[in-house]
Amino acid sequence: MIAYIVRRLLSMLPVMAVVALFVFLLLHLAPGDPAAIIAGDNATPANIDAIRKALGLDEPLWKQFLVWVASLLRGDLGRSIFWGDPVTTLIAQRAQPTASLALTTILVAVIIAIALGVTAAARAGTLLDRSVMAFAVMGFSVPVFVVGYVLIFVFAIQLRWLPVQGYTPLAEGVLPWLRNLTLPSIALGMAYVALIARITRATMLDVLAEDYMRTARAKGVAPRPMLLKHALKNAAVPIVTVIGIGIALLIGGVVITETVFNIPGIGRLVVDAIARRDYPIIQGVIIMFSGLYVLVNLLVDLSYTLLDPRIRY
Amino acid sequence: MTMVATARQAKPGAVARFTVFARRNPTIVLGAALLAAMAVIAFVAPWIAGDAQLMAPINRLRPPSAEFWFGTDHLGRDVYARSVYGARISLIVGLSVAFVSVAVGLAIGLAAGYYRRLDGFVMRIMDGLMAIPAILLAIALVSLNKASIGIVIVAITIPEVPRVVRLVRSVVLTTREQPFIEAAVGGGSRDLKIIARHILPSTIAPLIVQATYITASAILIEAALSFLGAGVPPEIPTWGNMIAASRLYLAGAPWSIFFPGAALALVVLAVNLMGDGLRDRLDPRLARRM
Repeated sequence: MIAYIVRRLLSMLPVMAVVALFVFLLLHLAPGDPAAIIAGDNATPANIDAIRKALGLDEPLWKQFLVWVASLLRGDLGRSIFWGDPVTTLIAQRAQPTASLALTTILVAVIIAIALGVTAAARAGTLLDRSVMAFAVMGFSVPVFVVGYVLIFVFAIQLRWLPVQGYTPLAEGVLPWLRNLTLPSIALGMAYVALIARITRATMLDVLAEDYMRTARAKGVAPRPMLLKHALKNAAVPIVTVIGIGIALLIGGVVITETVFNIPGIGRLVVDAIARRDYPIIQGVIIMFSGLYVLVNLLVDLSYTLLDPRIRY
Repeated sequence: MTMVATARQAKPGAVARFTVFARRNPTIVLGAALLAAMAVIAFVAPWIAGDAQLMAPINRLRPPSAEFWFGTDHLGRDVYARSVYGARISLIVGLSVAFVSVAVGLAIGLAAGYYRRLDGFVMRIMDGLMAIPAILLAIALVSLNKASIGIVIVAITIPEVPRVVRLVRSVVLTTREQPFIEAAVGGGSRDLKIIARHILPSTIAPLIVQATYITASAILIEAALSFLGAGVPPEIPTWGNMIAASRLYLAGAPWSIFFPGAALALVVLAVNLMGDGLRDRLDPRLARRM
């Protein structure tokens, strides 16, 4: 097992190397002088020169790449052109709102999605099942920001139940924190719920058709433990896999949700960097989120042994 | 609607056949009809909508009325006209991304699946590309280039390619073990002929399904990029640009956000319905799983 974990951790390296190489090449193969692009339309030649020096753009390409990778390995993501601060510091400052949003969304979405999927599978073919599936297709189709503005309009502007936007740090109390996170989590979680509910229903249908489920029913297991213990446990592996893959959906969604709800997180940091052409920030956040995505999916793989004792590494 | 009309003009029997098809595949027909309606609207935009760019400050923030069906935005622009023109960008981007990513992914996937020496190297690159969140990759690309529809299409295509490559490669890997491939190799067929004649056909059905899903996701990402200010230039009326421009006026003029939002959701829903229907019809193995 430990040998397997080490091997899998090592297998992250080539993936992250490709991510790093690609992000690096994006900047350097973009048409025109990267320093001039970053400096923007109103830059003086002196500005451009300063940026070129600051980013080491006057060195040969291979050397720039090695220097950059070496600093990446030390955990240095470079400095923001606009703020002048290290990108890691800027990310750390904005980590709490983003982590809060992502974690509450994942927690609530997974619970709701599995409940919906299990119920739909247990009543396959009924109106309830069809409504859940229709909701799932809708959830994929309505963009995060449209859901967000509808929620704001109904629940914050018309009904005044919840704040329109913003973020309250957890230190100022759990309730205000939750009040600010409720609408963004629903907006962000919609597509995620749809994705997980669909796979849960599909796998549950497969499992419910197995012989051992008939045996369970025959020996008189009550419906609820039968669904949750016998069936859901056996359906766990594909469901957990999709939860892991869906993280990619969430990362993109976080960027949009933070813009809609004006949450000062990592997503806002990136969006603000677009207009300022603050490429080191965009680059750093890509590296961080890609690493996170790869890591989460590694954890998902490792969780298979817990969920299904037949899987041994 | 258009489909029913053409079916009626055709010889008898066609109507009956269409009815049977529609009853068996309601989602394909509904999705295709919605999409066709949207395509027609996009195509005839100049004839059915007024000037999408005209600013008339005297008419700003008007609610929907007989004169302005969808109301006006904060610059007095006609939301209906802009929504109609927005369909153009969405459909162009969605279809171009689907076409280019399927073409590129097919070529790479066939090569990687057939020539095993290429496989490891190509797939490592694809794994790396897939680890980058699509929206962030697109933001990076767009922020380094002058905003244009072309760049947006390229930016959305790159993260979609690895998904196509993976799909095609998996089909090639199972197909190449079939006895008829062995027979073709033994019969002395050249590689290109084997790939084109014997392997390519098995990739078509799953690719059609994949292409519809790519179209849906491309339309969503284009809108998201426009919304975030990393898409096509803000003066071009796209649904994402419209929502971004009107976001400060949500309380007073919700129509300026909800109409483009509804149009966007409707198009993506139509494509997704078509995708689900096609998947059920063309790929029964997958259909059972979802």
